[in-house]
Amino acid sequence: MGGLTAERPDPPIVELDAVDKRFGGAHALRGVDLAIEAGTVHALIGENGAGKSTAGKIVAGVHRPDGGCVRVAGRTVHFRSPRDAIAAGVTIVEQEISLVPTRSVVENVFLGMERTRWGLIGRRATERRFRELCDRAGFFVAPHALTGGLPIGQQQKVELLRALARDAKVIVMDEPTAALSADESTHLAEIVRALRARGTAIVFISHFLREVLEIADVVTVMRDGQVVRSGPACDETEANLVTAMLGRPLEAAFPTRTPPAHDAPIRLAVRHLSRGEAVRDVSFHVRAGEIVGLAGLVGSGRSEIARAIFGADGGAEGEVEIDGRRFAPQSPLQAKRRGLAFLPESRKDHGLLMSRPVAENMSLAHLDLVSPGGLVRHGQETRTLKTLARSVSLSTTRLRTPVMTLSGGNQQKAMFAKWLMRAPRTLIVDEPTRGVDVGAKRAIYDVIHGLARNGVAILLISSELEEILGLAHRVLVVGRGRIVAEIDGQEATEELIMRAAFGAEEVAVP
Amino acid sequence: MSVDVQDRASVLPGRTRTLATRLGLRSLRDYGIVASFIALFVFLSVSTDKFLTTTNLLNILDQSAPIGIVAVGGTLVLIAGGLDLSVGAIYAFCGVIAAEAAGPLGVPGGLAAGVLCGLGLGALNGTLVTAGRINSFIGTLGSGIIFRGFALAITAGSIVAVDQVSFATLGTGEVLGVKYSIVVWAVFAGLVGLLLWRSRWGRYIYATGANPAAARLSGVRVGVVRASTFAISGLAAGLAGVIVASRVATGQADVGTGFELTAIAAIVVGGTSIQGGDGAVWRTIVGVLLLALIGNGLNLLNVSPTYQQIIQGAILLAAVGIDAWTRRGRA
Repeated sequence: MGGLTAERPDPPIVELDAVDKRFGGAHALRGVDLAIEAGTVHALIGENGAGKSTAGKIVAGVHRPDGGCVRVAGRTVHFRSPRDAIAAGVTIVEQEISLVPTRSVVENVFLGMERTRWGLIGRRATERRFRELCDRAGFFVAPHALTGGLPIGQQQKVELLRALARDAKVIVMDEPTAALSADESTHLAEIVRALRARGTAIVFISHFLREVLEIADVVTVMRDGQVVRSGPACDETEANLVTAMLGRPLEAAFPTRTPPAHDAPIRLAVRHLSRGEAVRDVSFHVRAGEIVGLAGLVGSGRSEIARAIFGADGGAEGEVEIDGRRFAPQSPLQAKRRGLAFLPESRKDHGLLMSRPVAENMSLAHLDLVSPGGLVRHGQETRTLKTLARSVSLSTTRLRTPVMTLSGGNQQKAMFAKWLMRAPRTLIVDEPTRGVDVGAKRAIYDVIHGLARNGVAILLISSELEEILGLAHRVLVVGRGRIVAEIDGQEATEELIMRAAFGAEEVAVP
Repeated sequence: MSVDVQDRASVLPGRTRTLATRLGLRSLRDYGIVASFIALFVFLSVSTDKFLTTTNLLNILDQSAPIGIVAVGGTLVLIAGGLDLSVGAIYAFCGVIAAEAAGPLGVPGGLAAGVLCGLGLGALNGTLVTAGRINSFIGTLGSGIIFRGFALAITAGSIVAVDQVSFATLGTGEVLGVKYSIVVWAVFAGLVGLLLWRSRWGRYIYATGANPAAARLSGVRVGVVRASTFAISGLAAGLAGVIVASRVATGQADVGTGFELTAIAAIVVGGTSIQGGDGAVWRTIVGVLLLALIGNGLNLLNVSPTYQQIIQGAILLAAVGIDAWTRRGRA
């Protein structure tokens, strides 16, 4: 250590040196250099698929680099797992909270770090340790509360406490505010500053630029797996960060919008739709050829509205009308028969049969078209699917391979193809480009746009505001299960939408 | 073989490595069972002179037919993501029903009653685990205990002997030297295999097992599909139970204990995934025959039955292990 300090007075706490990473065919990181100093907040920004999360995960040992090296405090490390990283003082708070929901807060915080006496956990000692930890962090969480019952913001604090319990010198936070209300985000920012003041380095991955500029000391912009630039946050503005992130004008990423005729028939009408707390008295309509964007924060009820229309969960009240025919949404089968198609948010959990061949996935929803009398005609199926695959610019050579071997973009195209086998009249797409590489995005936008031009009514849900702004003719903003604003597509801006979305959250918080 | 694959995997970098691992292990999983079967078959043909005789081979098939039929039905349940632990009980129950009903309904009526009974109990299981929302492992464990209890109550614990000579025809008769049991097994397996491979229903079974949530959102009636697999499994158990009752011309409430586990073992050894969404009827046939061949071979080689159990258990573990290993890193 002494020798090192002599050569270089202050080695960064974490350093990535020419790190490369591939996932199957996708080149996620190309020669990424990154230096994170102790006691700073280092923001990583970039579009979806730019590699910011991957870089964060390599820092935290979740992924292993294929090339290049990682140094912690000047020493090269080879993390084989997050456990190795934790031992070296690096932890990650992931986008998806990874707590044990059925156990208490204390148990989660000390999970894997329990101090025992003769193999037993001392209850009082643990509580004392927990309080010390809260003092150190500067916030408090009820130690015996059931973790799964806490709001997301609180769960995140539990994750942070856990990181501190593990004596983290570096905490990677992947999109920490995506699921938080404005209030909670402000509070989180305070916590992050407090941690920084105690010498912890924070890697802050986010795509909320204003927040990044407020909180970060250093900003690194990534695009297509490479670092575009890295420098002090005080030298940056939102505008030049956007330019750096996109590397091209925003408009070029999207097909030119074709507005629907004013007298186009209403394809989908939703009236007083409610489902528990998640969807509350939602009414709106979508015309033939119209793309209506549903924006809002994660957890605002966007996806729940879509699922309720499609009858995915049951128990929804209210009315859905498709092409003037009313029905009470009870099951996906019913909705499908009425010409409704739904691409759910999570391909892996709700969209695809990952272990089954691409072909089986594509023909699942409208299998009857190629199985007269109940027997599947393989030849006819293959011919139909090849045509379909071409229509969404999906390669036709891999129809017999398991869908999990495809890239995110191709998986998404397969999902589109599945619902285009019988032309839908109304299409609901939830996060159509999540986990999709930049190149495939445009292809998916073209598909959506092409469908709308052919008179399909489209309800588009997305967390990416650029996507909503680039595609939608009309934007509905959702907050706490209600539609809180309607904005014309031409007039919509990121700021208008976010203000409406956060406004809804704040009004509802007493 | 597996060592070789692992070594290669650790040498090759990045993408090539995962591809090599996948190809190597996938084909090991897909066709390893066939290779093992052929190897064992050749080995037994060469090392003993009694093995490769028509009598012995037909005998193996006849002995395997009941478990084979049950395992074919169980394959559907496993692929759809369930587990049927009640087949041993249904098997006994249906044999008893057939024996009891042969008097009042006549021999064909009695046999039919036994088989239909299996279908009914299977449908009951299906309702239990779908509409009743009971986990299939526990649900069929419970229902199986009840079914066997009823079988015991009906027979009052004694053996039901059937007087009509023709009752034994199904179990002992033959056509062109081949026992009816083998014919029934072949036809049943062929039919179920065809439906699974080619029918819309078959596709839905795979979809339901692979990802029930996605299948439902694609408009598949997941509950109905799962219930139907239990119904077919019950039917299969009924069919097997009736064949065995006919073979010995008696109905007994205590036959087929542990039958369900042997069936599941054969299915899994064949390579159908215990996690659902993957598998095939031909695999199950190979699995059943492989286990039968091992039993037969060990007999011919004069290995004590005690060791046979140990070997069969080890093979089951190896099969499940290979399945789990080839799945790692996918999904």
